Amino acid sequence: MSEAFYAITLIWGLVFIYAVMATIDFGAGFWSMIYLNRNNTKATNIANRYLSPSWEVTNVFIVAIVVALFSFFPGATFTLGTVLLIPGSMIILLLALRSAFLVFSHSASSNYKRILTIISGVTGFLIPALLICVLPITHGNFIETTNGAERLLLGELLTSPSVYAFMAFAVSSTLFLSSLLLSDYSNVSGDQEAYETYRRDAILVGPISLAMAALLVLTIRNEALWLYENLMNYIPWLIGSIATFALGYASLFIPRKTGVGIPRLAMISIVVQYLLASYAYGSAHLPYIVYPNVTIETGFTDPATFRALIVTYIVAFFILTPGFIYFWRLFLKDKRYLKQNES
Amino acid sequence: MDELVIARSLFGMTMGVHIIYATLGVGLPFMVLIAELMYQKTKDKDYALMANRWTKGFAVLLGVAIPTGTIAGVQLSLLWPGFMEVVGRVIALPFQIEIYAFFLEALFMSIYVYAADRLSPIMRIVSVTLVAFGASASAILITNVHAFQGTPAGFEIVDGKFVNVDPWEAFFNPSFFVTAGHVTVSALMTGAFVIASIAAYKMIRQRGNTREYKFHHKALMMGLVIGGILSVLTSLNGHESAQQLYQYQPEKLAAAEGLFETQRYAPLAIGGYTDKEDREVKWAIEVPWALSFLSDDAFDTKVLGLEEWPEEEWPPLFVHTLFNSMVGIGSLLLLLSIVGFTWYKILKRKEFPRPLMWGFIAAGPLAMTAIEFGWIFACTGRQPWIIYHIMKTEEAVTTSGNIGLLFVLFLIVYIILMISTVLVLRYYFNRNPISEELDQ
Repeated sequence: MSEAFYAITLIWGLVFIYAVMATIDFGAGFWSMIYLNRNNTKATNIANRYLSPSWEVTNVFIVAIVVALFSFFPGATFTLGTVLLIPGSMIILLLALRSAFLVFSHSASSNYKRILTIISGVTGFLIPALLICVLPITHGNFIETTNGAERLLLGELLTSPSVYAFMAFAVSSTLFLSSLLLSDYSNVSGDQEAYETYRRDAILVGPISLAMAALLVLTIRNEALWLYENLMNYIPWLIGSIATFALGYASLFIPRKTGVGIPRLAMISIVVQYLLASYAYGSAHLPYIVYPNVTIETGFTDPATFRALIVTYIVAFFILTPGFIYFWRLFLKDKRYLKQNES
Repeated sequence: MDELVIARSLFGMTMGVHIIYATLGVGLPFMVLIAELMYQKTKDKDYALMANRWTKGFAVLLGVAIPTGTIAGVQLSLLWPGFMEVVGRVIALPFQIEIYAFFLEALFMSIYVYAADRLSPIMRIVSVTLVAFGASASAILITNVHAFQGTPAGFEIVDGKFVNVDPWEAFFNPSFFVTAGHVTVSALMTGAFVIASIAAYKMIRQRGNTREYKFHHKALMMGLVIGGILSVLTSLNGHESAQQLYQYQPEKLAAAEGLFETQRYAPLAIGGYTDKEDREVKWAIEVPWALSFLSDDAFDTKVLGLEEWPEEEWPPLFVHTLFNSMVGIGSLLLLLSIVGFTWYKILKRKEFPRPLMWGFIAAGPLAMTAIEFGWIFACTGRQPWIIYHIMKTEEAVTTSGNIGLLFVLFLIVYIILMISTVLVLRYYFNRNPISEELDQ
């Protein structure tokens, strides 16, 4: 295995972690907007209680991905930076508004809170839809090269069915994963009413997200045949992905003493489902970072820089892990935090 | 306007906004830490209350510091893809390590803010220390890349390719320590003076010897003492920074001082503006021999003038004014804290005269202005280079158009963010007045 392969695997890992954390984060914002006008505000409170401490940490991951990309694959930076100018700028603008208003909503009165919640809810599904556009852009169909200068064909991007399939997949997955996590979170908090609400949402959006995934594969076949053919080499992974979906979905209906469904099992199975699918997609995408000109080999950094970076990753892993564990125990396990009444 | 100017304006605007929040993001947690330590030492509840209230303000500011920092990080690749390609090959380490510092800050910030009631006193101090450490480390590491731009090291160029890369040599490039030191101490200083400003403003509206007045008085003295100490450090370090310019970026020093002719016994021009036509600084006070002495500790030091370089490689000449303003404000702040300290501690006067109070109120905004001037000086003074004598800024800029539109969009978002910051802070502190919290 080449050094470039290890580097791209590391980036894939970061992207996966961010994708899961961010979909939950964005989705939680969306749900807290949906349940804003309901009388049972508990569901909103649960979403907010999860969101408050976690968004800053989630946000660091997106910077970590960008830094990892240009550090490990500076050759790809030029192309990616150029073609992503417009979509990338939109993403960071919305992210900035969203994160700022999330923090502001903490210090503001209930009058302002409505507007702030709506901002976080609307950006909660816009951002994932925009973020995922990066993937079809790397498939190469929307990049035009004239006199050596690359340019994004924005018009064709916005009229491509494939792009909309990706967007629909991103939004439905966001809602599915976040409703699952929040159902688990409210279950651990012992909040039966919120649990039932989120369980119902998960049951509703789960099949939609799977259908969107299937649609997405079909559009890839039309627009990026090379990718589709590679993807077919990973059929077992895709089947595994569907199987874990079935398991996760079914576990929402398993009867228990206090109610129906085992949300923790559902959550874990669905994360595995996405892990398998994204492994298949990522492997099929190789060796290209941006088809057809940038591969992981042509874009790779200086070997000395690569080794120095890996050393810092290892050191940082040992320094930061205790911090993450402490964070996890304080906000996701501590009953005193989970069971408090106010958000 | 050409795309390069718009791209520079857009990135400059992002940095200009981010610097305000980032500087306070470094300065305020340090003040919180000092207040926490004062509380542990004196057991005076006022200090605990200060730490608490400043953290609330800090959390709101961080809500903008983090997203604008995210924008800056992503925008680097979007606007300067040519530059980031070199960064990725040669100077990726500081960016990467900065991410770890950023994680540390984000984790413990959330812990300190959202789990405050469940933390032991020791863990409170540990958490806020890690937040302060993470914030300072982020600033230092980003400055590391800035230092590399001025004094690139750790690679060779063969046939236009960067080879023999030594990432750690690039990291420890010649100007790293001095530049990073300058950014850190000046940010801590600004945090302290901003605290002093707010306290002075509250005191002037709250005359008499009330409980609240005393509270603000303590905060003011803390801000002045810490700010004073740090402004001494900032000026000492600033002197060192200027000597490094003499050594490594002589044309930047020449532009900063408005020196056209290479000479020994060079005079120091204070104030005035640089006239390109007549090749001199007009309306300036000239101190004979001083520039030579300041540059390398000897009056006969030969200081290179701008004439040594072709005109298209000159930095913009207005940097002389920026440089002077930065140094001027720094000296004024130092004077302010000495006067304030002497008045209260040595002359033992209970109240400050009103003009002095207004001076204190101005201290925070002035310090922030000096920070902005300093950064603009440091970055425009390096032009036309994005990496000194290696890569020109025009070679690094993106080739995709539409930047004008983006400039407008970002401008709107920054205006929204800045106005909302002020509104939210005002709203929060009006609803939770200090008088109520003091009674508890």
